[in-house]
Amino acid sequence: MTVQPHIRIEKVSKVFRTGGSEVAALDDINLDIKAGEFICLLGPSGCGKSTLLNTVAGFSLPTSGVVRVHGETVRVPGPDRGMVFQEYALFPWMTVEKNIAFGLEIQKQGRAQIAGKVDALLEMLKLQDFRGRYPKDLSGGMRQRVAIARVLALDSPIMLMDEPFGALDSLTRRNLQDELLRIWMEYRKTIIFVTHSIEESIYLADRIIVMTYRPGRIKQDVSVTMPHPRDPSSAEFNDLKKELGMLVMEEQSRHNQEEIKAPVAD
Amino acid sequence: MKKNCLAKTFGILHGLLVPIVLLALWQWLSSQAIVNPMILPAPTRVLAKWWEYLMPAQAYDPATSGYLAWMFSGEMIHDAYASMYRVTVGFVVGAILALPLGLIMGANDRVYKLFNPLIQILRPIPPIAFIPLSILWFGLGNPPAIFLIVIGAFFPILMNTIAGVRNVDGIYIRAARSLGASQTTMFLRVILPAATPYILTGMRIGVGTAFIVVIVAEMIAVNNGLGYRILEAREFFWSDKIIAGMFTIGLLGLAIDTGMNRLNNHLLKWHRGIENK
Ligand SMILES: Nc1ncnc2c1ncn2[C@@H]1O[C@H](COP(=O)(O)OP(=O)(O)OP(=O)(O)O)[C@@H](O)[C@H]1O
Ligand SMILES: [Mg+2]
Repeated sequence: MTVQPHIRIEKVSKVFRTGGSEVAALDDINLDIKAGEFICLLGPSGCGKSTLLNTVAGFSLPTSGVVRVHGETVRVPGPDRGMVFQEYALFPWMTVEKNIAFGLEIQKQGRAQIAGKVDALLEMLKLQDFRGRYPKDLSGGMRQRVAIARVLALDSPIMLMDEPFGALDSLTRRNLQDELLRIWMEYRKTIIFVTHSIEESIYLADRIIVMTYRPGRIKQDVSVTMPHPRDPSSAEFNDLKKELGMLVMEEQSRHNQEEIKAPVAD
Repeated sequence: MKKNCLAKTFGILHGLLVPIVLLALWQWLSSQAIVNPMILPAPTRVLAKWWEYLMPAQAYDPATSGYLAWMFSGEMIHDAYASMYRVTVGFVVGAILALPLGLIMGANDRVYKLFNPLIQILRPIPPIAFIPLSILWFGLGNPPAIFLIVIGAFFPILMNTIAGVRNVDGIYIRAARSLGASQTTMFLRVILPAATPYILTGMRIGVGTAFIVVIVAEMIAVNNGLGYRILEAREFFWSDKIIAGMFTIGLLGLAIDTGMNRLNNHLLKWHRGIENK
């Protein structure tokens, strides 16, 4: 029986201290995520999207508050929360096949079982012809497919994605967005997806969490009810885009003012 | 196809141009009796000497030895073998000591802080400066020579291994952790491979140093090997043999470097910037 995940972010704050100065990256974040929901975290650069995702992933602990996944407090990273990074983070010394198999080998699954799963994933993500290649010989889109396959192999109920398609050209990006939606619908994963593209968030998400810039708070929680596949040229899509655009613009301009006052490295 | 072949031939000729001109100049200088042949013998004489040095001294006699053994009974072969033996043993011992220490020091900060001060003090001492001490400790013969080579190979491998482990990109560690990797898996399948480019660089420098050290050590502590031979030749004013010996040393160095390069390319197939044919 697979346990249905439920993510609860309770009063989470995160303060970074660097050389005397303090940055309130997250401030009193409260968020409940239902199993199978597709959540987008949206906001300008530096508003704390990655920080929030990392507390769910277990890479960094909140300064106060807790993150619970199905009732259990998150303390360390684990294969129940698969992570897809913007920089792909594939192991360059492993072939495509080996990268996908790595998580399964860690779990000491049988050889035949691993081979079967890897084959299925290669086929699902159209990577069959690249199975023996090293990541350096793949395009950005291909690398991100491998990264997704690597996480899918573990069958984690939760997928955390930090601007996974940020570095891709728009065509490849749309392609992978569609593929991700297909996977999400087929496997009913819970997905937290960080982006600063308004259009991407509307195209993908059930709920869009717009964040404020310093301190990082939840500005608005927007539900998107349009059925998939969504048409970016439709009136509904564009109305929402305008609405979100205003919200993000406000934060962006605060971001710009802060930048002028004290330049920070994001 | 034909054009390609022509271009290739031209390329080779292009590369040979400077050496040929220099050789011709050298030959001309010698033939004009401008320089004393004792100081600078003609290239033809050097080549003849090199051949003599390479080939067996006695005529082939099936009664005393097999053909192969005879073929390899030349003085140069013996010297090259002796030098290579020392380099190999010294390098292997140095690597066996440096690798584990470097891996632990790179991975564990407390071990690093424990050993680092001592290493920082010893590292700047050139291996050559250990010669008096090594003779005092080990006398003459192979032991002091190999001791010096161990020192020569040890530090480059150690320093690069430490740097390799410390410079592993954090993103790989995070990815592996989120995939559930244990400490052992992390070390063996992530940190170690991620550090190999550095480790191999260290080994390459280490072999290079070992090769320098062996020649010097042979001039002092032993009575065979390529380094010994060219110093011995000086005592008899055999300048042709000195140059022939140097030529052999150069060839051997080139062979070692090519071998290391091949190994490098093979082990780092995955690495960015290395093109495979
Ligand atoms: N390790 C750290 N040490 C100090 N400050 C940090 C650290 N990580 C993040 N910050 C700061 O916290 C704030 C939030 O950073 P975060 O990376 O979460 O933003 P983001 O929304 O993901 O931005 P981007 O879209 O550029 O990725 C930023 O102002 C950043 O400077
Ligand atoms: Mg970020």
